[in-house]
Amino acid sequence: MIRLEKRPQPSATMSWATPLLAVVATMIFGGALFAALGKDPIEAILTIFWEPLFGEFSFFYRPQLLIKGAPLVLIAIGLALGFKAGIWNIGAEGQYIVGAICGAGAGLAFYPTESIFIFPLMILAGALGGCLWALIPGFLKVRFGTNEILVSLMLVYVAEQLLASMSLGLLKNPEGFGFPGSRNLQQYPSAHNAEIITNTGMHWGVVAALIAVIFSYVLLTRHRLGFAIRVTGEAPRAAKFGGVNPARLILFCLGMSGLLAGLAGMFEVAGPSGQISIDFNVGYGFTAIIVAFLGRLNPLGIVAAGLLMALTYIGGDIAQSQLGLPAAAIQVFQGMLLFFLLALDVLTNYRVRFGTGEVA
Amino acid sequence: MDLSAINPILLIAAMIAASTPILLAAIGELVVERAGVLNLGVEGMMITGAVCGFIITVNTGSPTVGFIAAAVGGAVLSLLFAFLTQVALANQVASGLALTLFGLGLSALMGQSYVGIKPPRTEATPLGPLADIPVIGPIVFGHDMIVYLGLAIVAATWATLKFTRVGLVLRAVGENHDAAHALGYKVKRIRTAAIFFGGACAGLGGAYISLIRVPQWTEGMTAGVGWIALALVVFASWKPWRVLLGAYLFGGITQLQLNLQGAGVAIPVEYLAMSPYIVTIIVLVILSSDKSRAPGSLGRTFHASG
Amino acid sequence: MKFTTLMASAALALGFAGGAIADGHEKTKVGFVYVGPIGDGGWTYEHDKGRLAVEAEFGDAVETVYVENVAEGPDSERVMTQMALDGADLIFTTSFGYMDPTNNVAAKFPDVKFEHATGYKRLHPNVSTYSARFYEGRAIQGHIAGNMTESNIIGYIGSFPIPEVIRGINSAYIHASRVNPDVEFKVIWVYTWFDPAKEADAAKVLIEQGADVVLQHTDSTAPQAAAQEAGNVVTFGQASDMGQYAPFPRVSSIIDDWAPYYIARTKAVMDGTWEQKDTWDGIGPGMVGIGEISDRVPADVKAEALAMKAALGDGSYHAFTGPLNKQDGTPWLAEGETADDGTLAGMNFYVEGIEGEIPQ
Repeated sequence: MIRLEKRPQPSATMSWATPLLAVVATMIFGGALFAALGKDPIEAILTIFWEPLFGEFSFFYRPQLLIKGAPLVLIAIGLALGFKAGIWNIGAEGQYIVGAICGAGAGLAFYPTESIFIFPLMILAGALGGCLWALIPGFLKVRFGTNEILVSLMLVYVAEQLLASMSLGLLKNPEGFGFPGSRNLQQYPSAHNAEIITNTGMHWGVVAALIAVIFSYVLLTRHRLGFAIRVTGEAPRAAKFGGVNPARLILFCLGMSGLLAGLAGMFEVAGPSGQISIDFNVGYGFTAIIVAFLGRLNPLGIVAAGLLMALTYIGGDIAQSQLGLPAAAIQVFQGMLLFFLLALDVLTNYRVRFGTGEVA
Repeated sequence: MDLSAINPILLIAAMIAASTPILLAAIGELVVERAGVLNLGVEGMMITGAVCGFIITVNTGSPTVGFIAAAVGGAVLSLLFAFLTQVALANQVASGLALTLFGLGLSALMGQSYVGIKPPRTEATPLGPLADIPVIGPIVFGHDMIVYLGLAIVAATWATLKFTRVGLVLRAVGENHDAAHALGYKVKRIRTAAIFFGGACAGLGGAYISLIRVPQWTEGMTAGVGWIALALVVFASWKPWRVLLGAYLFGGITQLQLNLQGAGVAIPVEYLAMSPYIVTIIVLVILSSDKSRAPGSLGRTFHASG
Repeated sequence: MKFTTLMASAALALGFAGGAIADGHEKTKVGFVYVGPIGDGGWTYEHDKGRLAVEAEFGDAVETVYVENVAEGPDSERVMTQMALDGADLIFTTSFGYMDPTNNVAAKFPDVKFEHATGYKRLHPNVSTYSARFYEGRAIQGHIAGNMTESNIIGYIGSFPIPEVIRGINSAYIHASRVNPDVEFKVIWVYTWFDPAKEADAAKVLIEQGADVVLQHTDSTAPQAAAQEAGNVVTFGQASDMGQYAPFPRVSSIIDDWAPYYIARTKAVMDGTWEQKDTWDGIGPGMVGIGEISDRVPADVKAEALAMKAALGDGSYHAFTGPLNKQDGTPWLAEGETADDGTLAGMNFYVEGIEGEIPQ
């Protein structure tokens, strides 16, 4: 029988080795899938992983990694704070949407006035919107003890309907010939989250993500609050004895993750995306949950995981157009990668033992 | 505006049929959650069931075989989730999301050559003259067999959870897995069985969409029903009969909304569409003062130490 | 900037490649960006049939590439850039939401031709737009529907309340009420382009409320199946022929036939005669196809419908010909006057006789 034995401490070797193992396993199984579809597996895998990073046009794809990865990292950093403390915000998609609506709304309210104060105001509005949306499950949990997983998930659907309503109503572009969707903020200089240095992909959202990573790293390793978060997650009762106020911690974690998700939405709508539309959200909030876990809730790990996810999206699109692989095959490939990453992670915390033993 | 255009009997009958996919998926997820596992992969299992059922029905000509295949398809996919969460001890939230992504892709690959095909028709249940009784006939006796199967599963789930030892053990595992383990129950096996059942139900629900309600195969055709099923379980506060009630309510709001539009009533569609979710949150708040809370071990990973 | 130089040289290389094409030595590369999966059986499916027609027409002289499921916003911009970098000479972007991204990318690749479906922005000389006058097909549907209805109630499943859909409703109503003044339209908005289950629900509701003809502006066959179940309800195929439901309930259909346009534009690029233009084609040039009218339509009605098709096709009849009033009774078109394209493009009102309001 195979048995798992908990390691006294997570294995440092394994925490580096398992992601690599997972990628290798995905390449083998994914390659088999591509071969079954009649494509050259090696070429397909090189296209997905190599082409964006080192291919002929990597000068274009590398900045795209930042554009695609920044919102994922920004959201995942916030989520990881809560996850570490055992507070499960899975409604980041909703907070992302509300942040975008508030941010875009604040900017469009001043259209067409040009002022340097508009963009900072939008940032504030986006952050506040996302934060308040996340504080709803926070407040309900603190006050009534409701499950935040469920409330935050419900609020995603509410936010999606709100988005549809805004695109068709209040924020609809008055010069858009009746089509749903707001004005394009890219064409409103004061509200445009333009690239800071042209063609580098570096916009304010990327800067915010970097700041969030540093802030979270310092918080978790150097600050008393970070200590409280970790203790609460590992031993809630001990945390209480240690003087941690659980209500405040819940509000902080949810509020902070909502704030970052709201910011991500605001930077996206003001920059790469440009406008509020019915299909504005593309699942960053849910993907970020996976990114947070793949990154083992560690700020640097999240950066790596966010960039890896971004890479599979970008490489996947290239493989579609160059090799004629269907989008579904790429989705299955991504699913495999996640499965292997999640499954092999067990080796970090557990040892596999062979021999007889009680199987629970 | 002409409200008389709405026929309440047909409205109720339509509501019952429209609720069946959510009902099936939700009752399966209810069992999973009562065992202490949160599987967010419902959408992925539903769409896999939808495509498996469709392919088999088209090839065999038998919807019955198709529905069985759908249940098997959903269940097999759910075993992936069971492996990740019960054997590899991976996080349930992340594993469930990955399962949805995988299921959507897999179903699209499988169904590539089935776009634009019309499946064999699923016959209505031959209840003969019963269906002709006024009022009650169309509401109670006018449905296909899967509608009744869904009701039967709800009743069976309720009875099993409430009156049988299996149900007791399942609930014990969900409430406190450490205690259940100490009592000698095989926590992981029980959970794996529950996940399997949940997958089968979700598969059936998906096939109901692709074989009866629509019926056709198109990529991504479940269009978020799996997520509604998740909300429904919470709304029902993990009680089988309330799942039934909730399914009718969730399905009913859409039906009512479409009926009102047809009758010319101007309604803010988006706000009506978000109302079930807001109601669910309110229900959660009300429940917090009640004993019927979420299962104690919901979403937590179990590993027997030592 | 290093990057700009790279981009410029890439563009230069493409220009060079373009020169090679004129000599007939190299394949012309045509890219397609799809918003949905090819397996949607509707909108994207029909565009892909157009792509396959291009391949069939030119054989080895062309190479086509596509990416499906591309989200509107930054993802679409990346995919278009990628295609341009990979040497595409002509790129079709097939969703309204790709409007700004298409123009953004076109600015960077002046030698690549871009064709944007259903939009109105042509900010650069290498961007053309194209769309189909589906409302011409709606006129024929309205004529058949008005003749065939016995309950005088015609159901209409609308996707979103945008000009495209409103035009269709008006056109169908005008021609239905001309042959049957008692006809009443029931419109249900489902607020989705794609949700087969919801379309089925909407169709069933319309049938329950007495409609014996159901018109749809959504792409799944769900309403056809609902009509077949109900027995004697007439439907029309939408986007594709939906011939599997012929001869009844489906008595005819509107087919999105992009093949002639895609072939012509590809040819223009090969010949070096491509020029910017705004195409809004109907039945005449074959962009709007009318599926076979089945024998369940009375012979005289079928003959009238075919005559109308011919008149719409050769331009002797316009689907919006006065006298026509707006819903509130204010005059819109005088006797014999026809609607101008500007009004049609932004149409946000019902014509006189339709009850109910357009949701705002």
